[in-house]
Amino acid sequence: MAVKNKKLNLKDKYQYLTRDMAWEPTYQKKKDIFPDEDFEGIKITDWSQWEDPFRLTMDAYWKYQAEKEKKLYAIFDAFAQNNGHQNISDARYVNALKLFLTGVSPLEHAAFQGYAKVGRQFSGAGARVACQMQAIDELRHSQTQQHAMSHYNKHFNGLHDAAYMHDRVWFLSVPKSFFDDARSAGPFEFLTAISFSFEYVLTNLLFVPFMSGAAYNGDMATVTFGFSAQSDEARHMTLGLEVIKFILEQHEDNVPIVQRWIDKWFWRGFRLLSLVSMMMDYMLPNKVMSWSEAWEVYYEQNGGALFKDLERYGIRPPKYQDVANDAKHHISHQLWGTFYQYSQATNFHTWIPGKEEMDWMSEKYPETFDKYYRPRYEHWAKEHAEGRRFYNNTLPQLCQVCQVPTLFTEMGEPTKLSHRQMNYEGERYHFCSEACCDIFKHEPEKYVQAWLPVHQIYQGNCEGGDVETVVQKYYHINIGEDNFEYVGSPDHKRWLSIKGKSSDDKAEGSKQDAA
Amino acid sequence: MSVNALYDYKFEPRDKVENFNGMQLLYVLWPNHLMFCAPFALLVQPDMTFGAMVEEILKPATASHPDAANADFLAAQWLLNDEPFTPDADASLIDNGIDHKSMLTVTTPGLNGLAGAGF
Repeated sequence: MAVKNKKLNLKDKYQYLTRDMAWEPTYQKKKDIFPDEDFEGIKITDWSQWEDPFRLTMDAYWKYQAEKEKKLYAIFDAFAQNNGHQNISDARYVNALKLFLTGVSPLEHAAFQGYAKVGRQFSGAGARVACQMQAIDELRHSQTQQHAMSHYNKHFNGLHDAAYMHDRVWFLSVPKSFFDDARSAGPFEFLTAISFSFEYVLTNLLFVPFMSGAAYNGDMATVTFGFSAQSDEARHMTLGLEVIKFILEQHEDNVPIVQRWIDKWFWRGFRLLSLVSMMMDYMLPNKVMSWSEAWEVYYEQNGGALFKDLERYGIRPPKYQDVANDAKHHISHQLWGTFYQYSQATNFHTWIPGKEEMDWMSEKYPETFDKYYRPRYEHWAKEHAEGRRFYNNTLPQLCQVCQVPTLFTEMGEPTKLSHRQMNYEGERYHFCSEACCDIFKHEPEKYVQAWLPVHQIYQGNCEGGDVETVVQKYYHINIGEDNFEYVGSPDHKRWLSIKGKSSDDKAEGSKQDAA
Repeated sequence: MSVNALYDYKFEPRDKVENFNGMQLLYVLWPNHLMFCAPFALLVQPDMTFGAMVEEILKPATASHPDAANADFLAAQWLLNDEPFTPDADASLIDNGIDHKSMLTVTTPGLNGLAGAGF
């Protein structure tokens, strides 16, 4: 007599947990249940064609993630108990964590919200489940990053109010507005923006250098987070590629819509990553690879192969990728120079790179560093030595779209500032580039509302008219502790005392600095 | 083009002049002086004279650059919103045609920044 197997096999389980979540409604119209699915113009003819990149069932997922979590927190505990922060390469490294915690971890939370939202909006059950699972991952990443870095908050300044700062501090409007733009789009644009353009095309530029950077600089807590997130990231990347192929295969009318999204989100992502470029080249005392090398490997080579593969769908590489490729020689230096001069308004410190670091940059940027950027640091170092550490006391113009100060230069003309301007319905708008201006022209109503930090200060919406009041009261940056130059800062002094050196010693690696 | 949305998507621009309490925004770029990473964003009174803007705002903003001491901004070459422009130092900004969120570009011949790097 045949005994019915009570245990479902993996395939059956998956079926029950995903596709069987979908049924044909009888007393409600499908359009009323999924009202956001059509307005972007994307045509889906057959949702059953959705191939789940990872047939991971919920119960396997919980079990696997729980095991990872247990190991992760055991290492965090060991790191804290052993005063792991004393074993990092140099306290300057912690400034990369400050930027990460205020700039990136809140994006993980924004991604959680975004995927939770679109995980309700597709009539295809496979896509809904994939998005819901990713939402859980993103929430976990946001939490574990905060826990990984919380130990540093006990010993260094600037890490105390990351989520609050994310919503207010001038440069954090760059990552914040990036995700707000994506989350306020329709579900298909959100997936093209975050799953494909960010997770698939660009995320390696963030995660690989940052996690390797943590390893090179002795930060075991963050490295361990990185390993724990790696299998999730692999899953997210696979979803990103699946999303794009699925949409393109469904209907040829989808191609031009997706192409425009790829153009937009490649550029938005590239501008966002300019923050990462300076983190890699300047904020990691022990260098992993240069930004330009990372861009070559992870975008020019990997991205090149990807877009070759997508050619058969009628997709071409993103517009303005030539500008981004050329910019690999410049942006890390341009960004660091910007943060160096506005350190009075940041929750992290900046400094002049040491001699060995500058020599490393000369080697990595043979065409540009000695010619355009070394002279800046030599001038500023001299000023600092003479008691005039350079700060820019006037607020900068910001780009209406990416919200980065309009600091970039024209392709092939590294001394010419790139700037575009246009009028729209009687108002003037300013941009850092042709690409950002294009994005505005396509959806001006979206960007006329941009909350530009500089303009908000001038409108009197940030608790004060002067930078000092805004920084202290509105940003919650503790003046003289979190901000200004690294050399001589409380972090620097604390590090010297950990290492048993007197504060008259010069900063390690900053031998050119007048400490 | 316009935003593809589920509803009539229309919002007020956030930076209209009336939000600045009687003041207006002015941007000033000094090319070849990338020590100042981006054009300055300044909050100015529309009835301030052009000369006062140069003396009271632009000069202090640029003072930390070694070229600033030699710069004769009033005799320099100006662009207003990318068009050639001859300022009247005694007239107000508004009477000079400088409206809210205008951009001035001031080139100082012979002063091209440090180290031949436009810095």
